[in-house]
Amino acid sequence: MMNQLRRTFLKSTGAAGTVAVAIAAGLLKPGQVLAAEWNKVAFDATTTADAMKGLNVAGATESKDILIKAPDIAENGAVVPVEVTSKIPGTTSIMIFVDKNQNPLIADFEFSNGAEGYVSTRIKMASTSHVKVAVKAGGKAYTATKEVKVTIGGCGG
Amino acid sequence: MAEGMKIRATLQGDVADVKALMNHIMETGLRKDANTGKLIPAHFINNVVATLNGKTVLEAQWGAAVAKNPFLGFKIKGAKAGDKIVINAVDNHGEKMSGEAAIA
Repeated sequence: MMNQLRRTFLKSTGAAGTVAVAIAAGLLKPGQVLAAEWNKVAFDATTTADAMKGLNVAGATESKDILIKAPDIAENGAVVPVEVTSKIPGTTSIMIFVDKNQNPLIADFEFSNGAEGYVSTRIKMASTSHVKVAVKAGGKAYTATKEVKVTIGGCGG
Repeated sequence: MAEGMKIRATLQGDVADVKALMNHIMETGLRKDANTGKLIPAHFINNVVATLNGKTVLEAQWGAAVAKNPFLGFKIKGAKAGDKIVINAVDNHGEKMSGEAAIA
């Protein structure tokens, strides 16, 4: 118990220290919103299910209102274009996973102040896999999947 | 970090279509150096924040499996011509890059 408290204390003071240094160095303007801490648990997860748990979207409902635009066959797994459009009203975030990658979570995008539920990017795929998308909207989680066949993998060496 | 982020933002109706291209190796940490046989350490952009006239519109967290020289496209409703888009990115080494563009 005591140890736990101490850990929490050290952690919070450590973070505050970093912020102070960043402000002093002029890197951060006071009042500037800090990005949320990188979700190491979700990014280090080795299954999509665990990654989704880490992002609080476990048990997401299948939805046809999430459109995933990606090639049926990608010749080069190192660069696979993926475009996601969520037509679900009140979409606040889009997450992209590749089931067969060593770490399935690719990215998490959060929208605010007029940004639409849309994102376009290019991802790496180790092999043929399902590309899974999770969406948060109105406090609920939704999901959709598309298979992409990969001719040459783009993750390992 | 290699210099450079290119941003293009065009208005379609009242929606700004923003496209950004960042120069970054996006090393996964899973590849081996062909000569030494040792793993090449991971080096990738993990945080991206985009603002419209200073207001945050997009916050992204990335893993190492976003492709090399990342491309990012997003859309902002209610934007006007001349509005300023700024994108800040930080990698897992704490190196920063940023770019800005006015919506055309």
